[in-house]
Amino acid sequence: MDKILQPWPWYVSGPLIALIMAILILLGKRFGMSSNLRTICAIGGAGKVADFFRFDWKAQRWNLIVAIGAVLGGYIAINFLSNDAAVTISQDSIEALKELGITDGGSAYMPALLFGEGVFSSTKTILLLLVGGFLVGFGARYAGGCTSGHAISGLSNLQLPSLIAVIGFFAGGLLMVHFIFPLIF
Amino acid sequence: MRSLSYLLVGIFFGIVMFKSEAASWFRIYEMFRFEAFHMYGIIGSALLLGIVFTQWVKRKGVKSVYGEKISIVDKKMSFARYAIGGVLFGLGWGLAGACPGPMYTLLGAGFLPILVVIFGALLGTLAYGLLKNRLPH
Repeated sequence: MDKILQPWPWYVSGPLIALIMAILILLGKRFGMSSNLRTICAIGGAGKVADFFRFDWKAQRWNLIVAIGAVLGGYIAINFLSNDAAVTISQDSIEALKELGITDGGSAYMPALLFGEGVFSSTKTILLLLVGGFLVGFGARYAGGCTSGHAISGLSNLQLPSLIAVIGFFAGGLLMVHFIFPLIF
Repeated sequence: MRSLSYLLVGIFFGIVMFKSEAASWFRIYEMFRFEAFHMYGIIGSALLLGIVFTQWVKRKGVKSVYGEKISIVDKKMSFARYAIGGVLFGLGWGLAGACPGPMYTLLGAGFLPILVVIFGALLGTLAYGLLKNRLPH
């Protein structure tokens, strides 16, 4: 039980992600989480303003159920399967974060500066989270998939388009962390 | 019955995302600084097994548990959409520290500011739908 309550090492987590993709494929479905965002837009009536959202979203209900499950899984994991949710990142990262003014690296799961209680009273933080989310949503649909759809499912199917997308993911992430973070934090 | 199996897969996925720390903003930051092997180990091992599994399904013509044919379609080849869309996604992934799967997990784990990220992601999806025909693909 103690092993479960500790953070799971990469060599357990990675194979379990492959297992999740395998189960979904064997159920006749696909592993791709960002499609849900399009489905939610369609349910919200976005079909009235763009053709892109006029599709049979009911056929995508299974994926929304997976997403609801992921919410429940997060609740179960933090409340029943974790002693201490602090993420032990490398000392180098902890030091680099301190220079940005993020002081809880190594002692929390998420940085309080972005995900703590006080966030809702900071316009700047709200804006950063909103822009981050916007880029994720826009980029995922433009690229036709996210980490699950391209980096796991697409690359598993040896797709060159997915390789281009994943190289793009990393180029964008490197640009953000190395060049834009020093400007915004 | 089928819905229940999707729900269970989702719960399992949410637990794995949280316990692997792939849902942690800190892990994503550390990954983009190349300061730990953790995230590369997760993605790399998932991918290695994923390739073996996917090629096995394709070559053996494996059927789904419901006896239906499994067709794993190829992605349409182009460059602009994957490169530009990919970079934009990466910028957001680095900033918010969460991709679409972990967003749901973090909501369940009680990090309420993730709601702002999810709202932003829905706005981004909507914006793409509106601009789709004017963007290079």
